[in-house]
Amino acid sequence: MDTYGLGVMNAARAPSKPCAIKPLKLSPALGGALAFLGLNRALPLLHGSQGCTAFALVLAVRHFREAIPLQTTAMSEINAILGGTDNLEQAIDTIFKRAAPAVIGICSTALTETRDDDIAGDLKLIRGRHPEWGDLAVVYAKTPDFLGSLEQGWAAAVEAIVEALVPPLAGPRRSGSVNVLAGSHLTPGDVEALREMIEAFGLTPIILPDLSGSLDGHVPDDHVPTTLGGTDAEAIARMGQSVLTLAVGEQMRDAAAALERKCGVPFQVFGRLTGLAACDRFVAKLMAISGATAPEWVRRQRSRLVDAMLDSHASVSNRQVAVAGEPDMIRAVAGFLGDLGVHTAVAVTPTVAPDLAAVVGGRLIVGDLDDLETALGEAEAGDVDLIIANSHGEEIARSCGVPLYRAGFPIFDRLGAGHRVTVGYEGSRELLFALANLFIEYGHHQRAAGLAPSANPIGGAREHAPASSH
Amino acid sequence: MANRKSAALFDEPGCTTNRAKSDTQRKIGCSARSLAPGAAAGGCAFDGAKIALQPIADAAHLVHGPIACEGNSWDSRHALSSGPQLFRTGMTTDLSELDIIHGGEKKLYRAIKAIVERFRPPAVFVYVTCVPALTGDDVETVCAVASEDFATPVIPVDAPGFVGSKSLGNKLAGKVLLERVIGTREPATVTACDINLIGEYNVAGELWQVKPLLDRLGIRILAAITGDGRYADVASAHRARVNMVVCSQAMVALARGMEERFGIPFFEGSFYGIGNTSDALRRLADHLVRAGAPADLADRTEALIAGEEQRTNDVLARYRLQLTGKRVLLYTGGVKSWSVVSALHELGMTVVGTSVRKSTAEDQDRIRDLLGEEAMLVGQVPAKEMYRRLRAGEADILMSGGRTQFVALKTKTPWLDINQERDDAYAGYDGIASLARRLHGTLTSPVWAEVRRPAPWTLTGLAS
Repeated sequence: MDTYGLGVMNAARAPSKPCAIKPLKLSPALGGALAFLGLNRALPLLHGSQGCTAFALVLAVRHFREAIPLQTTAMSEINAILGGTDNLEQAIDTIFKRAAPAVIGICSTALTETRDDDIAGDLKLIRGRHPEWGDLAVVYAKTPDFLGSLEQGWAAAVEAIVEALVPPLAGPRRSGSVNVLAGSHLTPGDVEALREMIEAFGLTPIILPDLSGSLDGHVPDDHVPTTLGGTDAEAIARMGQSVLTLAVGEQMRDAAAALERKCGVPFQVFGRLTGLAACDRFVAKLMAISGATAPEWVRRQRSRLVDAMLDSHASVSNRQVAVAGEPDMIRAVAGFLGDLGVHTAVAVTPTVAPDLAAVVGGRLIVGDLDDLETALGEAEAGDVDLIIANSHGEEIARSCGVPLYRAGFPIFDRLGAGHRVTVGYEGSRELLFALANLFIEYGHHQRAAGLAPSANPIGGAREHAPASSH
Repeated sequence: MANRKSAALFDEPGCTTNRAKSDTQRKIGCSARSLAPGAAAGGCAFDGAKIALQPIADAAHLVHGPIACEGNSWDSRHALSSGPQLFRTGMTTDLSELDIIHGGEKKLYRAIKAIVERFRPPAVFVYVTCVPALTGDDVETVCAVASEDFATPVIPVDAPGFVGSKSLGNKLAGKVLLERVIGTREPATVTACDINLIGEYNVAGELWQVKPLLDRLGIRILAAITGDGRYADVASAHRARVNMVVCSQAMVALARGMEERFGIPFFEGSFYGIGNTSDALRRLADHLVRAGAPADLADRTEALIAGEEQRTNDVLARYRLQLTGKRVLLYTGGVKSWSVVSALHELGMTVVGTSVRKSTAEDQDRIRDLLGEEAMLVGQVPAKEMYRRLRAGEADILMSGGRTQFVALKTKTPWLDINQERDDAYAGYDGIASLARRLHGTLTSPVWAEVRRPAPWTLTGLAS
């Protein structure tokens, strides 16, 4: 359970740097809330001051460009000192009356965890006082700001959902039913692509959380104060009957293990689903579970990815990138790029993830975007051809004269963050083309600049040769 | 501790609303809504303090707290600087569990040291957030020691989120400026035409739409508090002849404090719309002349106003035809609830409703003056109700902040951003022209008809 134990966490930042500058880390409560947004008719509730919710809300709205249901227990200074049980009770009751959600997902914050309140115990007492809440599901995820980043919060919420909503005695196995635990690095578009892939083998996936139903940017017929799509609580209750859990992202390992412990559903973790070999492993697994062979469109997509790798190899090989983001995003992108001969010269991640060293060939830094900037400043010119980071990387990329490929969270200065697909054969191909095109565009200028003669111009009529193609 | 301080803040003689209250009401404070668990919206006091102080562009802004406060919010406000960009660099002590257990004071000291050594800022603002306020970090003392050790003003901003709303944070920030910054330096030169603009944060560059007008009149902005601000300018703001409080009820306390302490008169005004802008320029000139500026300033101001109004009206004429009679639902806060109304009237638009959730009684009186008694003053509108109104076609366009944006868009109703995060500047004469252009562009876009097209499967009689 203590994956993100204190010893590891505090090794995170070198003692020479007592503060984060241009933070890469986000609050775990935000991650938890995003996970709860993948449940149908849900309303996440941050247990903290109203600012905790306001900041998380603004960021999520700017990233997804959707109205985001998210509430607060609005802790005041007095509540913070005396305890927040009353606020919690009042908040749940108000939400129950106003929005009638199926699930309220509570994420704690540093404010409420600093007192070390027994929130789970309080919830039991509160629940006992409100028989009228009926079958309203109330799930509590422990997501204090001082433990980890967005991924940890997401993982804690998914594990809490498994613990709270999957009954231990699930009933008989349902052949063909598979669970998918989807990590926070997957977009609504990614989740949709995974579903199509799995269904292509005649399997019925239960995807948790499922942002493709709630944050996929559709226009509903009426206003709903809760999420309008996502995993149904009834489907979650059946997860114990599935034949296998496919955990997508290392961050989903603990939740998958919890489900196995609880209901005996075995699991397999896919560190990434971006790249040919990674997709092949996934498809092989789907074939094994279903006993079916891959349908024609899957074969065709694989062939297209292979073709894309052939077409782009000259443009990408020996290129170097810098990546900053949460560990599973780095695993997917740096891992895939490694397959293609692209070297990850620098990777920055907000929390410790020891296995990342194997994925990242170059320097692995636990830190912030300022550390990325410093590392790039120390690198030789031309050492890094591309930066892959969230929208906050824009300034750094500009000052380094290197293009930015936006990935991770938040992406607030581009449209369509939720729709980009980078998993599966097709998603891998799209990512490859996007990156290769940036290499081509930037590399063209760079090479031209390097080659143009700055002295001894060609021809007798010219006084000065252009210093570059610009 | 923060509680006692905020109680004093709620006793504001410069605020008409406050004067009208009974003692008990006054103690409750001036946030119109109490924070209801499960039904609250809006930012916290820390957010408000940051909004008010962060535009001081050359200062370092260090957030003492766990990651959420700064990690989730840095560089998200669109206050612009014409020079230093240090203010946009997110900095936080990013408190870990051990820091919280052992106290974050040493880490804070080391963080200040690292920041001063690396960036050499003229000052460091240290924002106290909920957790260190709860655990009792003595930020005041750390800042005092650090100021001494590093020969740099290190200014604690005691506005943790849980003491109240964004507006309270604004006020606390004003108090910090008054008590710790303004009057600590002297300007290199003073002129008879020095003014301060208080509460103008240069969102999307609005200050830069006003400054050229003042330049032409020879009026110098001694300090913009705090848009495109510089620490030394704000620190020497006490030598101005007049303060204009721009669209900010929350900053009136600062202006009143400066009047009390430094004898600087103040007035409240707005640069939204032709009439408001002209009025503000007139009042600035009037105050300056009374304080000893050359008497011809008033005439030159009138000449400038006449020319600008003519020029602007010519520009607006291009858009008026299509804007006239269009119904706007204005969902914003405070002063903007009336100042933007008059700007919209100048465009010939009809304001069918304006929100008064953060407005004072005085603001509401002004709205009634502008819109008459039938004016629809709306309080906090739940998203569901907003959706219903727009769906029912009660307005042709919603002007609001980013968070209600998607409620409007899902009803396929035009929407325009009027708050913090917007990219367009709407101040002064050029600003109203930009606003007209944006409204015109949005309202006349063919996309609204396009997206309302019925889907083929909803049409009958086509199948064959």
